[in-house]
Amino acid sequence: MSGDPGETNYLNASHGIGSWLLTRDHKRIGILYLLGISVFFVLGGLMAVLIRAELATPQGDLFSSDVYNRLFTMHGILMIFFFLIPSIPAVLGNFLLPIMIGAKDLAFPRINLLSWYLYMIGGVMTFVSLLTGGIDTGWTFYTPMSTNFAQGQVIVTAVGIFIAGFSSILTGLNFIVTIHRMRAPGLTWFRLPLFVWAHYATSIIQILGTPVVAIAILLVGAERLFHIGVFDPKYGGDPLLFQHLFWFYSHPAVYIMILPSMGVMSELVTAFSRKRVFGYHFIAFSSLFIAVIGFLVWGHHMYISGQSVVAGAIFSFLTMLVAIPSAVKVFNWTATLYKGSISLQTPMLYALGFIGVFLIGGLTGVMLGTLGIDIHVHDTYFIVAHFHYVMVGSAIMGYLGGLHFWWPKITGRMYNEFWSKISALVIFIGFNTTFFPQFILGYLGMPRRYHMYPAEFQTWNVLSSAGATILGFGYLLPVIYLLWSLKFGAKAPANPWGAKGLEWETSSPPPVLNFDTPPVVTEEAYAYETSTPAKEVTVGV
Amino acid sequence: MLPNSPVFPPVSSTLASKVDAIFFFTLGVSVLFSVLIVATIVAFLVKYRRRHAAEPGQEITGNTLILELTWSIIPLGLVMVSFFWGASIFFEQSRPPSDAWSFHVYGKQWMWKVEHPEGKREINEFHVPVNQAVKLTMTSEDVIHNFSVPAFRLKMDVLPGRYTTAWFKATKTGTYHIFCDQYCGVDHSKMVGKIHVMEPQDYQKWLVGGASAGGTVASGEELFVAKACNTCHRPDSSARAPVLDGVFGKQVALVDGRTVVADESYVRESILSPATKVVQGYQPIMPTFKDQISEEEIVQLIRYIKELKPAGAATAPAAAAPAAGGKS
Ligand code: HEM
Ligand SMILES: [Cu+2]
Repeated sequence: MSGDPGETNYLNASHGIGSWLLTRDHKRIGILYLLGISVFFVLGGLMAVLIRAELATPQGDLFSSDVYNRLFTMHGILMIFFFLIPSIPAVLGNFLLPIMIGAKDLAFPRINLLSWYLYMIGGVMTFVSLLTGGIDTGWTFYTPMSTNFAQGQVIVTAVGIFIAGFSSILTGLNFIVTIHRMRAPGLTWFRLPLFVWAHYATSIIQILGTPVVAIAILLVGAERLFHIGVFDPKYGGDPLLFQHLFWFYSHPAVYIMILPSMGVMSELVTAFSRKRVFGYHFIAFSSLFIAVIGFLVWGHHMYISGQSVVAGAIFSFLTMLVAIPSAVKVFNWTATLYKGSISLQTPMLYALGFIGVFLIGGLTGVMLGTLGIDIHVHDTYFIVAHFHYVMVGSAIMGYLGGLHFWWPKITGRMYNEFWSKISALVIFIGFNTTFFPQFILGYLGMPRRYHMYPAEFQTWNVLSSAGATILGFGYLLPVIYLLWSLKFGAKAPANPWGAKGLEWETSSPPPVLNFDTPPVVTEEAYAYETSTPAKEVTVGV
Repeated sequence: MLPNSPVFPPVSSTLASKVDAIFFFTLGVSVLFSVLIVATIVAFLVKYRRRHAAEPGQEITGNTLILELTWSIIPLGLVMVSFFWGASIFFEQSRPPSDAWSFHVYGKQWMWKVEHPEGKREINEFHVPVNQAVKLTMTSEDVIHNFSVPAFRLKMDVLPGRYTTAWFKATKTGTYHIFCDQYCGVDHSKMVGKIHVMEPQDYQKWLVGGASAGGTVASGEELFVAKACNTCHRPDSSARAPVLDGVFGKQVALVDGRTVVADESYVRESILSPATKVVQGYQPIMPTFKDQISEEEIVQLIRYIKELKPAGAATAPAAAAPAAGGKS
């Protein structure tokens, strides 16, 4: 897979396993992440299929309760820490960020490679803990369950996550320094693509939030081994302390998953409407606003945990505030379509799918933030449906949309347009069939993490399991036609979509140093030739 | 819909109808917004479809600030309605009415234990009278559990080492699910119970009939003697510890100058780690009863202490008398 013979690019510049495992090229590291992440996604996905198969009947007829608990715990841990959090930043961000700002590489190429190794070591440790018995704490590790009662390799898993956390912190640091120091001449802050803004906001969360969860998980290990009395009331500890520490990271972590996806969205919507994004400044600042306020709302996971009602009210109020920038983004994308020149190619289909599922995910988020409603649906399947809509629906829709959009750039090959459109459609249908019934199950009262359930819940569970089968096939399709494209796909031109942005000005795949001549930026992002003279749009900033 | 797959849970408490009302409000607003946005997007997709390969989009000109502010402020207003409405339900839910009967609930891997005001106990079954406010004081003997009754739209975490409270007033007789909604280990999904809402006279009949599921337990008064609490806490001159009569619910001054309210958590803490909050004028000589006393016994003691009237008042009733409200 390469461009014209004789033309060197980052893929054919050097050969052999060693040249990959010791590379400092951000593009190759992006590909290494793509491989690692795909493996963990497949493993996590297989577990999801097993879980859904078990839930097709009310009895626990496939697995024992113990095995079931270990399955959903490992499914959650792999998907969150080893797939969703690194997916867009570590794959697409790594590959694209330096190119988008006209730089030769990230600020710290060696640290970038180190991040990948930390990620892989953490992932392998976690997976080894699964092979040697797994754990049954749930990915949330609530104490004193995880410290005194849980079975299995809690410590090994905790250390695995701890190590992977450093990968996340280092990537965030690398991005921030790169964006500050390495922009091409002429590339001012307000000429940056919104993808870059989104990653800037995400990186802030990564470096501020990750240390907190790392410490919390370390304390779980210490409590388990030495009963030091931080979390366990038997030794004078406080079980709620853990929840505070955990959600202080894990709520913002949701934005680590969704903000980059929103960044991808802005790129897709402009490229396939062929016009400037509506309200550039609003979108850029809404990312930062989400990143900052996102740190103040962790307590909405704890309304009925025993914290005070006043705390509950304050957290609810702040939660409502975060809803606004998210809503504004949806309005802006919609307005971008107005008088656009809209083409429904595959990445755009994913973008539209994103808006569909994000609307449902976001609006149910407002419901959960509302105090009175949460008393009823907290810790039921309503929650499971909501977070899958946001994380699996929206975040993965954005990831796949971005992967298709930049695939020609990354590999130098075009994929099959027909099959890619089919896959977007199958994923959308499969996703909604799987997770929409879970909202109903949740309001009916079915608790989450249930291995068995009362028979009256079965109909909706069967529907959900059927949807999961469709969704599984939907996710399988891209694996097939994307791999196929590597060998048989048409050669990609430098700019197959007629899109704007520095990454489309260099060849596909890019040369080792990204550009043959260092770029100079003279216009703002998304400066498409318009049919009416482009009057400066004054947006209030 | 098939009979075994309802779309909506029963509405069987005063809280249930309130939660449903705000749920339908947010649902209505959400559906309205989604339909509007999706319809707009579809219209744009059709109208502005790209016809020739080179066709560019048309710029929106003019001042768009007003538009941006409008679509920020309208959603803000709507979520604020949701916030205040939701908070008012939540506050109401956190304050049990004064005529509520007082029940105790214990979570334990993996069962629910319930104790009635009269001391009758059950496991994974819970009988209550209809149209009577019921207050639950809950604690766990191991991990965090969550007491949830979907038909009442009621849910509260149950923690080790603390008391959480919840209350409800059932409005319809019948039998409903109790679930544990907080993942609590291997048999989490088997930690289920049934709550039976009965006519008051049926409840009375049920109360007097049959043996209590938990067997007979010592009353708080017996425990007070059996654990030798009475050797120090006694109302005479040789008392080495504060007199407990009438202390419950009052402010207590501590040696370090702070004051605390003598509530359930304080009494429990004093039993388990007596040196933490020592009452002014006394030495920290009380031994800990940690690991020698079960959560249920602690509650027995709390109930007994609650009923001790201040010296001079009528003699303290023993365990026979129900808590405030009692049976009518
Ligand atoms: C075919 C696709 C999927 C299906 C059918 C599925 C199904 C499920 C089910 C049934 C649960 C257990 C819920 C419970 O008992 O509380 C679960 C939990 C979870 N899933 Fe998925 N899932 C799928 C894909 C994903 C993906 C792609 C991700 C993330 C990228 C993900 C993230 C999670 C997380 C974080 C949990 C929570 C684990 C926990 O409770 O500890 N899922 N999923
Ligand atoms: Cu439980």
